Amino acid sequence: MPVPSTDLSPGPAPLVLARGLSLRFPGGLLALDGIDLELRRGELLAIVGPSGCGKSTLLRAVAGLLPTTGGTLTVAGLTPELARRQWGRQAFVFQDPTLLPWRSVHDNVRLPLELGRYLKTDPKNDLKNDPQPDPEAAVARVLALVGLQEFAGAHPAELSGGMRMRASLARALVTRPELLLLDEPFGALDELTRERLDQELLGLWQRDGFAALAVTHSLAEAVLLADRVLVMRPRPGRITHTLTIDLPRPRPPEIQTTPAFTALLADLRARIQEST
Amino acid sequence: MTREPLRARLLPPLLVFALVVLLWQLLCTAFALPVYLVPSPARVAAAAFANAGNLATATALTATAAVLGLLVSLTLGTAIAVLFSQSRLLARSLYPYAIFLQTVPIVAIAPLIVIWFGTGLTSVVLVAVMISLFPVITNGTTGLTRVDPQYLELFAMRDASRRQVLLKLRLPGAVPYIVTGAKVSSGLAVIGAIVGEFFAGYGSAGYGLGFLILQTSGQLRTADLFAAILACTLLGLLMFSAVSLLGDLILRRWRGRELEA
Repeated sequence: MPVPSTDLSPGPAPLVLARGLSLRFPGGLLALDGIDLELRRGELLAIVGPSGCGKSTLLRAVAGLLPTTGGTLTVAGLTPELARRQWGRQAFVFQDPTLLPWRSVHDNVRLPLELGRYLKTDPKNDLKNDPQPDPEAAVARVLALVGLQEFAGAHPAELSGGMRMRASLARALVTRPELLLLDEPFGALDELTRERLDQELLGLWQRDGFAALAVTHSLAEAVLLADRVLVMRPRPGRITHTLTIDLPRPRPPEIQTTPAFTALLADLRARIQEST
Repeated sequence: MTREPLRARLLPPLLVFALVVLLWQLLCTAFALPVYLVPSPARVAAAAFANAGNLATATALTATAAVLGLLVSLTLGTAIAVLFSQSRLLARSLYPYAIFLQTVPIVAIAPLIVIWFGTGLTSVVLVAVMISLFPVITNGTTGLTRVDPQYLELFAMRDASRRQVLLKLRLPGAVPYIVTGAKVSSGLAVIGAIVGEFFAGYGSAGYGLGFLILQTSGQLRTADLFAAILACTLLGLLMFSAVSLLGDLILRRWRGRELEA
């Protein structure tokens, strides 16, 4: 007899699916228009485009933080808001590290486990199949993953920019998300730190197997990270091109000097110029 | 915070103080000013010493009222700020009445407080609260409502409850603002206590600096009046310094060891 799946999302369906998605702000601005998007489990997608093209808006719509106004958008088979409230297997990495200055690194990373459903034992909650990790073990795991175990007791003010971003990444991963949404997370860091964090992100992605949607303004970063790169154009925000990145993995930093990489980068640049 | 040695920070103002006292003494002697108009520093010092016991008990009583007033203001002000931060409608409806606290001439309200609550510590503390409450409310409300939207999104991603957002984000985030409000309020609480004592002294239970000022000015004991004023100033300074020190300690813990302001 087949065991009924308790998984909310049916296996083969994409984790994130948008068809003709549009989003109009209350002020009347059409921020997104006719967006088609498919993100499968374990896939890494990058979104690039000039500022104001709606990259962050699209990310927030998927996160269930902004209501859409047209078309369909599902996350794990649910509306994004329902997915955010009930599925809870997605995490958002913000542009700024957004660490709470009064909490130590350890307590910052622990925060998601203190909020919402994780520490609640609601008998009505039908999502009991959620892993209920021992919070301390979960925090220790991700701190080790980003190499911050030595700094667990430090406060954010004592960390460098790169370390703060690592702590932010650890906080996002502490709930073992299946969908990671990244909003230009390394944009404010220097080139070397950024390169190192890109590699760490790739390592984490390969290890934890989450799907990721990453907004970036660096074309090289997009090519380095992604399986596919979506090119967006502003007013209204539309996806004009999708570029498949068929570079082998793992992708060390040196891959950026290979002809295949530079060819893809040139291709991406040409498509962006063509669409603006 | 500057980490200058204490000596380097205290020396310039003390030097100014010494110069002013010297000039004051010279002018008094040179123009032979009558003591009931402008007593010389030497006279003030003599009066302060002669009356040291009374001055000390009066200062202690005023200090008690001021500290109590400040504590009530901090608690009440933070509670009101929390209320304001939870409902825009509530904030909009009640904020004008909070401004009332700032604009009403306390001298006009104080007699009313005496009529309602009689003379004594309660009334004095009440006046101190009325004067020192407003900065806590405004600073607290600002701190509780001025939250980077990304932090709110961070909490929303975990479907955090309103209560969790308040307790784990807004309130701790407002601590620096409330500390600033407390610094402003500490001086105001002393002023409030003294004004309160003008109108609602403690009767037979003793008297504070406010009553002392009223009495000595009525009797043209100007040297004693100066001594009382000096005690008021020192009390205010002490309150402000204590609150600042405590606030810095809290903020250092709050932000971790490396504090830069």
